[in-house]
Amino acid sequence: MDAIMLQEKLVERLLCPRVRTARQKEKQYVGFATLPNQVHRKSVKKGFDFTLMVAGESGMGKSTLVNSLFLTDLYKDRKLLNAEERINQTVEIIKHTVDIEEKGVKLKLTIVDTPGFGDAVNNNECWKPITDYIDQQFEQYFRDESGLNRKNIQDNRVHCCLYFIPPFGHGLRPVDVEFMKALHEKVNIIPLIAKADCLTPNEIKKLKDRIREEIDKFGIKVYQFPECDSDEDEEFKQLDKELKECTPFAVIGSNTVVEARGQRVRGRLYPWGIVEVENQSHCDFVKLRNMLIRSHMHDLKDVTCDVHYENYRAQCIQEMTSKLAQDNRMESPIPILPLSTPDVDTEKLIKMKDEELKRMQEMLNKMQQQMHDKD
Amino acid sequence: TDIFSVLKGGGSTLLGYIGIDTIIEQMRKKTMKTGFEFNIMVVGHSGLGKSTLVNTLFKSQVSRKSAGWARDEKIPKTVEIKSVSHVIEEGGVKMKLTVVDTPGFGDQINNDNCWEPISKYINEQFEKFLKEEVNITRKKRIPDTRVHCCIYFISPTGHTLRQLDMEFMKRLSHSVNIIPVIAKADTMTIEERQEFKQRVRKELEMSGIEFYPQKEFDDDMEDKSDNDKIRETMPFAVVGSDKEYQVNNKRVLGRKTAWGIVEVENPNHCEFAQLRDFLIRSHLQDLKEVTHNIHYETYRAKRLNDNGGLHPISTNGTHDSNL
Repeated sequence: MDAIMLQEKLVERLLCPRVRTARQKEKQYVGFATLPNQVHRKSVKKGFDFTLMVAGESGMGKSTLVNSLFLTDLYKDRKLLNAEERINQTVEIIKHTVDIEEKGVKLKLTIVDTPGFGDAVNNNECWKPITDYIDQQFEQYFRDESGLNRKNIQDNRVHCCLYFIPPFGHGLRPVDVEFMKALHEKVNIIPLIAKADCLTPNEIKKLKDRIREEIDKFGIKVYQFPECDSDEDEEFKQLDKELKECTPFAVIGSNTVVEARGQRVRGRLYPWGIVEVENQSHCDFVKLRNMLIRSHMHDLKDVTCDVHYENYRAQCIQEMTSKLAQDNRMESPIPILPLSTPDVDTEKLIKMKDEELKRMQEMLNKMQQQMHDKD
Repeated sequence: TDIFSVLKGGGSTLLGYIGIDTIIEQMRKKTMKTGFEFNIMVVGHSGLGKSTLVNTLFKSQVSRKSAGWARDEKIPKTVEIKSVSHVIEEGGVKMKLTVVDTPGFGDQINNDNCWEPISKYINEQFEKFLKEEVNITRKKRIPDTRVHCCIYFISPTGHTLRQLDMEFMKRLSHSVNIIPVIAKADTMTIEERQEFKQRVRKELEMSGIEFYPQKEFDDDMEDKSDNDKIRETMPFAVVGSDKEYQVNNKRVLGRKTAWGIVEVENPNHCEFAQLRDFLIRSHLQDLKEVTHNIHYETYRAKRLNDNGGLHPISTNGTHDSNL
């Protein structure tokens, strides 16, 4: 079976639930196998959200790719700046939100754009506004999570960052390396080779190998696809392996529809031929879309919550602790109080510690207020 | 083969389909892998058939039936809390079911405050969860021992609720989801049952006691209409049994008497099937969510306010300061 059919099988498999055990007799049927349905009935009602960041120099086709991926038209009224207008531009962070519904499932998609990145003459630390933005979302979530009213916490954390590498060079440039290293512990990075239609298949292969080597060499931790379950079948495992070997994906995007072989497709019309965006032998767009939306969207969110956010939170707490210790010149720490009913002496001790804790908390609140005012 | 026909055959239209609905399947795969936890507590006097009912609900021996107190055995002075966990699997879904039994409840002569050990246990589970949540390095999945549902067994007296019933439900309905059931319903006729239920519902309403599903937590109109129907039927009149008999060429769970066989899963005989469908097949997840989003949050908010703040602690012991 060729690669394209395998790829489609992957999508099909993901859309149909697997029935592992033989059908059980009615007699033995308790009914909690409906639990996954109960869980996602609620999620369907609530809807999902996903925050995607796109980063890379101007003109790498970021906006076009986003529109191609989500079939949106997000950049209709955009005005492109010329070189002079861009001189004093710093990196901005611009959010676009769009609600998409498909087959009854609602998705609130937020695209975080980073215009100005890498466009200046001196691009030193041009990633700082981006890392600051990501940290700010973590901080806001941390505060909300630690607060009293947790009913409607808004989750603005960035779940994935698509980083566009120009196809014109010989691999990663210093700015690419530095950007990815600054962000790889804060967000899931998926590097892409942009505008891949200017490369031949051989050139793409060489570039991909080179980039993979350099990612290894510089110790950049890009998003890793989770391992296949051991009980998945061979076909699925093969598909998964091919997906992994194909990274970084070489993508092409398009906002225009052209006619190719009697069909209307998204593509780019050249005198020498037509590039079809969704043709897997032309580029990896379909692989990227399938991975990003149809198979790994949930995992991207999980890794953001379980790994990146937890790292941020742990770091944040440790910093607050050491700062407070410094300010107060405290030598001995206070143990956490037990809930059980203690005797009178212990109760007195507990009361004392309680007052100390209250004072510490007030100080914490003051600090948080200061941080808040700075924003 | 033409590439486009392959793509079309795969179920995706070229220009129109993104694939967002597949996230449901992604979630389902994940939850199947991680499995579920469910903690159910049973409260009621000895002999009301608590263990039998739980075993019948989950079609396995998850609760050990007590044979009552032996003559020389002392009835424990306070209510004991006994929790037993089992992992049961069905249709590829693994569930860690924990049954929390409360032997001794209501068995003493003086039953003052016999709900206190139960209340304490429930709060202890909240506290455990809270401590984990507030840690510096948190577990990926915090083990959930919080009581998701408390089945309260009402004696089928046919008159009204007992004072102990009211006291218990009044005090605990704000920390746990209480599902009242009328135990051993085969002692009442259908008419007696309906009258009893009406009286019980009225009494609960007049005392402001809200059992699960609580009106105030209905999400939307759809939920409200579904739950209203259920609230009108509660408390469910149940009969439990782990013995099988042959009725009309079918093997059924039931109780054999001289005047006939009470079929547990026959909706004309008792409301066991309704209870089971409600508890397991439609509201299992909601029970957990109400516990997490409402009862637990109430507990947490109270703790935050009482102590003047929450202090994350590190587990490795080297970093002692608790901020």
